[in-house]
Amino acid sequence: MTPLAQLIEAALWSASRPLTVEELQTLDAEASLADVRTALDQLREHYDFDQHSVELVELAGGYQVLTRAHFAQAIEAAQFTQRIPKLTGAALETLAVISYRQPVGRAEIEEIRGVNAGGVLRALQERGLIEVVGRSEALGRPLLYGTTPYFLELLGLKDLSDLPRTEELAVALQPPKPPDLDADSAASVPADR
Amino acid sequence: MTGPASAPTTTALGGDPGFVVELEAFSGPLDLLLHLLKEEQIEIGDIPIARIAEQFLRVIHALGLNQAADYLEMAGRLLRLKAQMLLPRTGDDDWEDPRHELVRRLLEYQQIKEIVRWFERAHERRSQQYARGYLPPPPALPEPPLTLDILALLQAVERVIAGIPDPVLHRVVPRALDVEGATRRVLELLDQQGEIGWLQALGPRPTIVEVLSTFLALLELAKHGRLNLFQSAPFTPMVIRRDPTRPAD
Repeated sequence: MTPLAQLIEAALWSASRPLTVEELQTLDAEASLADVRTALDQLREHYDFDQHSVELVELAGGYQVLTRAHFAQAIEAAQFTQRIPKLTGAALETLAVISYRQPVGRAEIEEIRGVNAGGVLRALQERGLIEVVGRSEALGRPLLYGTTPYFLELLGLKDLSDLPRTEELAVALQPPKPPDLDADSAASVPADR
Repeated sequence: MTGPASAPTTTALGGDPGFVVELEAFSGPLDLLLHLLKEEQIEIGDIPIARIAEQFLRVIHALGLNQAADYLEMAGRLLRLKAQMLLPRTGDDDWEDPRHELVRRLLEYQQIKEIVRWFERAHERRSQQYARGYLPPPPALPEPPLTLDILALLQAVERVIAGIPDPVLHRVVPRALDVEGATRRVLELLDQQGEIGWLQALGPRPTIVEVLSTFLALLELAKHGRLNLFQSAPFTPMVIRRDPTRPAD
């Protein structure tokens, strides 16, 4: 491994969250982004070819060193570390709406889920999974929410494009349109709740 | 969220012993509705509204969900739909299925549920891998045990006492509002100018007592019809005008 790859390995090992290529570049004033990427490739190969117990994973816009999945059971059974806590159904539903509709306001979330979302929005904000990304131009200028990098981290996603495209879902959101249907009712959710 | 936790978790419904509903399993009225449709093996595109509305009401009643506004709102929507479906159709061409909006929402919600399942699988995969254990910052160290002798303690007490400044005593004098004086001032100003602004009525550098006195004087004068108070728009400065119908006194 090159010295840069070693430096990056040390940095990834020291951090408790994924580090971006840009962040890793600050380790070495001489290194370009391309150098960092090359070093990351080298590190990944190093872990893979030498059958290390850890691997380099691309996550939430950055890189993190994680243990390989097949050790999970033993590690969990021995209780050396805690499993990432699961999210409730309400939290997951709300995240599902926000991740696909962001930036999105509370009224739209409630319209889609059919329930009040105040409590769950607060809880998700406290856990750092969503954040306020702006205000709508609509009446009362309601807050708009979006997902955070931590949301991607929790689901093991590189970025939002990792989410399944809606066309790929079994239930495509294309209701059988009656011929006399107004086009706008499908495109926008009324905010009259 | 929605759904009281005190209600029974399982309930048999409508004399159908095979139909058991788990309260905790529902995340909202749409979820419950989808469940009912599935139980009855009903196609979403063609919902027998009357029957489903009845089922829905029966379930929320049996489960004690009738406390939850979200469920009641859906019950209301279903009943309205039921009524709309009963209306005679005039001219089949421009008849729009009143169920369409509900169908759209159900399909949309179904898609959300599918995304949730995808999230759960992704999260499950992610939790198979561990990052380096997160070490929370160590808690602040407790203060070392306090060791001092009586002399040091007395010296400390003296230092504290020496640091106390001489007590400053204030006498609080109640100052009555001078509404009469303010009334005179306002009337004089009006005599000279006919129309003054609120800030003019206050005079330069008014004290809080003067502001209150002037305000009360203005209200009193306005009440007796001696002057009129105007605002050109909300939150704009108040304009004070002598009532032109009365002679100045």
